Amino acid sequence: MFGRRRKQEKWILLAPAILVLALITLTPLANTFWLSFTDTRISALPTPVRFIGLENYIYAFTDPEFRDSIYRTLYFTIVSVGLEGILGVAVAVLLNQKFRGQLILRALIILPWAVPTIVNAVAWRLIYHPDYGALNSLLFQLGFISDYRSWIGDPSTAMNMVILADVWKNFPLVAYVALAALQTVPGDLNKAAAIEGAGPWKRFWSITLPWIAGPLMVVMVLRTIEAFRVFDIIYVMTGGGPADSTKTASFFVYQEYFNYLRSGSGASYAVLVAGISAVLILFYYSNAKRQASGATA
Amino acid sequence: MKAIKKLILGSAIATLAMSSTALADTTLNALFMSQAAYSEDDIKSMTDKFEAANPGVKVSLEFVPYEALHDKIVAAAGAGDDGYDVVLFDVIWPAEFATRGFLTDVTSRIPADYTDKVFDGAWTTVEYGGKRYGMPWILDTKYLFYNEEMLNEAGISSPPKTWSELADQARQIKAKGLVEYPLVWSWSQSEAMICDFTTLTAANDGAFFNEGQPAFTEGGAKTAVEFMKATLDEGLTNPASREYFEEDVRRVFSNGEAAFALNWTYMNALANDPAESKVAGKVKVAPAPGVEGKSVASSVNGSMGLGIPSNSPHADEAWAYISYITQKDIQDDYAKLSLPIWKASYSEPKVIEGQEDLIAAAKESISVMYPRPLVPSYTEVSDILQKNIHEVLLGQTGVDEALDAAAARVERIR
Repeated sequence: MFGRRRKQEKWILLAPAILVLALITLTPLANTFWLSFTDTRISALPTPVRFIGLENYIYAFTDPEFRDSIYRTLYFTIVSVGLEGILGVAVAVLLNQKFRGQLILRALIILPWAVPTIVNAVAWRLIYHPDYGALNSLLFQLGFISDYRSWIGDPSTAMNMVILADVWKNFPLVAYVALAALQTVPGDLNKAAAIEGAGPWKRFWSITLPWIAGPLMVVMVLRTIEAFRVFDIIYVMTGGGPADSTKTASFFVYQEYFNYLRSGSGASYAVLVAGISAVLILFYYSNAKRQASGATA
Repeated sequence: MKAIKKLILGSAIATLAMSSTALADTTLNALFMSQAAYSEDDIKSMTDKFEAANPGVKVSLEFVPYEALHDKIVAAAGAGDDGYDVVLFDVIWPAEFATRGFLTDVTSRIPADYTDKVFDGAWTTVEYGGKRYGMPWILDTKYLFYNEEMLNEAGISSPPKTWSELADQARQIKAKGLVEYPLVWSWSQSEAMICDFTTLTAANDGAFFNEGQPAFTEGGAKTAVEFMKATLDEGLTNPASREYFEEDVRRVFSNGEAAFALNWTYMNALANDPAESKVAGKVKVAPAPGVEGKSVASSVNGSMGLGIPSNSPHADEAWAYISYITQKDIQDDYAKLSLPIWKASYSEPKVIEGQEDLIAAAKESISVMYPRPLVPSYTEVSDILQKNIHEVLLGQTGVDEALDAAAARVERIR
């Protein structure tokens, strides 16, 4: 009797939050899902909405350019998040040491992350400029290149250049989370291991890394979601060019909606992008769970 | 009795005052672009004059890059009363905007005698299906700009009349070592490249579509792409052109790093302005060349018009503003960065003065302005061409292969 009342109470108390969530997340989500099975177009005139089943999805999957964009997006996601993870942890380990100016450096390192994405993208576009960009100037003066060259105008380098800009902006977030986690690693554990004869490398792999794995996983999941739906930085830096070499999956969502005004088809691309990021997240979670159960065993 | 009369009079005055404040409260939201043609300062100054002449109406101006203009107009179409009242739109959009009902049909608002007073090419900008969806405002095309000093130093006495002559002159200039890359273009994967491609297609008497089917895989359009690629292979075209927009072209040319450039009207004034250019005074302009036996000159219709979005609650005030800034007198006063739509303007001393060569070129170019495909799916057609031509320019695919792929994709459009 008592338990049932507790149960009811729980739902009553949760109701407002569920209602708000349903309104602001579930409704648009359901609406997008529904749209993706129709041929709706953006129009100021009354237009009939027709249910067309899987037609939009078939159109997307039979398009080799869309498949290429998925591979490109995966490449962007894996390389940029991977580098951000490595660089972030490395910087965090350094900042966790005691040295003069440590506080100032810790404050400075967050700056790239605080720069708005658009500003960051414009700044890097200038750095990569073929005629007066800082990168050309630097490499030329150091003697690495004999002539100024194009960076984001060359399909063989464009994507990697965009990734570099993205890594510069986002590794501080990983570094900060990792640094916070590092500060909770008990010093005794490291000392004990050192006495047992474990070198710094061994101590990092078997003590430090497992200890910070939880928070690190959270930030990596966040970065993966963001990286997979990347749009703004690429839109500003290259617009998807040259010759579509930086056109990621999100460009199809944008193009279908705003350029070609096919909201039904645009919704199907949105659902696909969201679906693939969901798979990536599941992969992370199952991995994290395995690690967690491994740790307790 | 007297009190009542006073009351009535009083309320009448109050009503009057209120209705006039209602008019004074009208603020028009207007969307413009911040590149090429009229500068922001020019537009602000025209708007100030309009506001002074129409005390009831205020205009709030918003400037966005050309690349964002289309999306802004589309996104605001769903904004109800809070959208735009006046929008600047490109010659390639009326088909799409009209079929989607984004723009108000203003055919009946335009005085009948305007039809003959304004150039046909300008009208194309606002027409679809026999109706007019705005008033043309920017009458623009791409001209051939050349550095006269470089041509003289290379022993060339007059600018090229044909594209093959242009290539020859570029070879001479390069051979003399006057400049590394004599030609610069806006060939980034963008609409800017399609404008250059259209100019060359027009010169070669090519066509985009033939009875609704892609026709760009052969003839003049194919020759155009081959020409573009050949100038890159020969080192005549600056390879960085493949990531340039119009402003990059202007900067490179103004730095004296090119002998020839294709660009819009606005570059004439800026490339000859010592504050903006190292080659001021040496820059001359001519119509883009033709091709022997096919054309005398070539030109792309790059005009733009002003329209009223269908969700604007202030159509009358918006039309008053559009009529004001598109009128001949105003256009004649601001004819340095963008040329008027009015035929009579081209014999006005204040328009001609100081830009005689531009006006002479304009008379020829305007008469041969070639339209980009006037189809509702233009944006998608253009994207497809951009990508495939860019692949050719980057040396990833051959001309035939790329144009065939583009045609196949155009046929896939839903």
